[in-house]
Amino acid sequence: MQVMSKINRRSSFWVSLISVVLGLLVGAIAMIAAGYSPILAYGALFQNALFQPYDLGETIRTISPLILTGLAVALAFRTGLFNIGVEGQFIMGQLAAVIVGLKLHLPPIVHALVAVIAGGLAGAIWAYLPGLLKAKRGVHEVITTIMLNFIALYLSNVLVRTWLTSGADSTDRIADTASLQWSVLSAMFGGARIHFGIIIALLMAFVMYYLLWRTKLGFELRAVGYNPHASEYAGMRVDRNIILSMMISGFFAGLAGASELLGTQGYLAIQGGFTGIGFDGIAVALLGGNTPIGVVLSAVLFGVLTYGGTNMQFAAQVPFEVIRIVFAAIILFVAANVSGWILGWFRSLKKGRGA
Amino acid sequence: MLNTLTNVLQTTVLYSTPLILAAMGGLYSERSGVVNIALEGLMTIGAFAAAVTTIFTGNPWLGLLAAMVAGILFALPHAVASITFKADQVVSGVAINFLAFGLSVYLVKHLYNGEAQTPVVQETLSRMPIPGLNSIPVIGPALFNAFPTTYLAFVIVAASYFILYYTPFGMRLRAVGEHPKAAETAGVSVIRMRYVAVMISGALAGLGGAGLSIAIGSEFNQSTVAGQGFIALAALIFGKWHPLGAFFAALFFGFAVSLALIGQLFGWTQYVPSEVLNMLPYVLTILALAGFVGRAEAPAAIGKPYEKDSR
Repeated sequence: MQVMSKINRRSSFWVSLISVVLGLLVGAIAMIAAGYSPILAYGALFQNALFQPYDLGETIRTISPLILTGLAVALAFRTGLFNIGVEGQFIMGQLAAVIVGLKLHLPPIVHALVAVIAGGLAGAIWAYLPGLLKAKRGVHEVITTIMLNFIALYLSNVLVRTWLTSGADSTDRIADTASLQWSVLSAMFGGARIHFGIIIALLMAFVMYYLLWRTKLGFELRAVGYNPHASEYAGMRVDRNIILSMMISGFFAGLAGASELLGTQGYLAIQGGFTGIGFDGIAVALLGGNTPIGVVLSAVLFGVLTYGGTNMQFAAQVPFEVIRIVFAAIILFVAANVSGWILGWFRSLKKGRGA
Repeated sequence: MLNTLTNVLQTTVLYSTPLILAAMGGLYSERSGVVNIALEGLMTIGAFAAAVTTIFTGNPWLGLLAAMVAGILFALPHAVASITFKADQVVSGVAINFLAFGLSVYLVKHLYNGEAQTPVVQETLSRMPIPGLNSIPVIGPALFNAFPTTYLAFVIVAASYFILYYTPFGMRLRAVGEHPKAAETAGVSVIRMRYVAVMISGALAGLGGAGLSIAIGSEFNQSTVAGQGFIALAALIFGKWHPLGAFFAALFFGFAVSLALIGQLFGWTQYVPSEVLNMLPYVLTILALAGFVGRAEAPAAIGKPYEKDSR
């Protein structure tokens, strides 16, 4: 708990910036060691992610689910919980959305809305169990959510194979009425797959801000995260708040899955492994200092790196995985508060010179 | 019938081996008070190092050694971040998993012209029958005609049990995980102990990964490990952080992993989808944690960074 609040406090802009620069530096070292040019690669990365309407549209598409999974992790962090199960809740969101998209027949807009909400609720339900076990039996949520990630993966695969199709690898496309795509928006960005997911994501960033800092429930959730014992003493229901916090977090994650499915893919396929978007949310939340605005900004950065990274392969022949190395380094630097040490060292240097 | 049983037992032992090794790795780290959800990443880097080294040198034993060294090297950043810099151990573990996965696939693509997998490893470890014992009916072919990694795993379990419960080193290690302040007062360096424990865990998890790429399988790709590090972690918890408990849990989970394969072989998957069998270890772990299989007691100081001046 103490560690969590320490992470929350380290939200200053400089700390994040230093971590990002160090992370990119680690990536550069990995590239130099393997004989690639980091200047060429990073140049291509940023250029390809931002300067053509199509690429900008695709970058925004990449950013949208990262905002939502980042918010999911950040909200749990704020209340003293570590939701590693965002990936599983994301999968459940996809699953619920594809079921609604395939099985229900509803008018346009209503259909999409129902499918999105179903996705969010599926994520929330999937997060209920770890919340309950944490609150009632003190079981650490990290382990239960890891296990639930795998269960969600296999559950989704078996349902695709046996119920949603008869033995096929992927479902039919969802009904057009459930789609989150909007041709006008797509045309503005040169035919990119940008969709309403970004609106949902930004809306949820506002919801998180409003909920945590403008409502009584939000105050309680933050208080529990800051000091569960004091909160209990003050008459707050710690159990209920833990469960609620996990469920809201799962709701965001489920929305991410639903909007990816309804907006980008349009169908659900059997997956050999995780999408990774849920885990990226951990990096996004940490770098964003667990605030809604921080999450949006760091999702933008991670989205640019992710989308630009795929193009980097063509321009500089650098394997995309170098971006994952950069992500890992950033998480490690933020978690170990390396920037804090560097800043502290800098200050003592300044002081030393002043004396 | 007897043949089927032999078959089941043999596959179970085969698939349990990497889990046993990684779970033993996790045991040392977690018993010293450092959460290790990085097992997955440590196995990944071990599997990678073993495959590549064996391809380059043609010697699988050097592959095993490389896997251990790589595991130790990758456990080090986890130790530095979580012990010295007092980072959240779970966050640090997540970062190691990211790093191991990213770096191994990056290097594979770099080494093999952009391919996401290594070429087939020609000189993999081969089964080593123990003459006499291997002709015992049913258990003989399963236990005594196994890969060297399997024998290694069995020896390590026995050794770990002895080390943790009957040597001063083991008692200190457990003390550091239960009550670090008391251990420090008794003259044990908590920091040094935890470093050693995390590095042992890297070596063993790396070895487990090697079993996947140069014994059971014969290449390294993105899905070589595919969650087995997390199953090993589950086995550790299911086995209540005890070497023998973790060993039997890993055997059981190995059985569950092999069920999906055996099920296909005997046509059981007509009745139970293989995905449901794959879910089994994870469902059981949740049930165990929920208290249906007896309460799991984690080391008391687990997850808490050690502050010298705190009480």
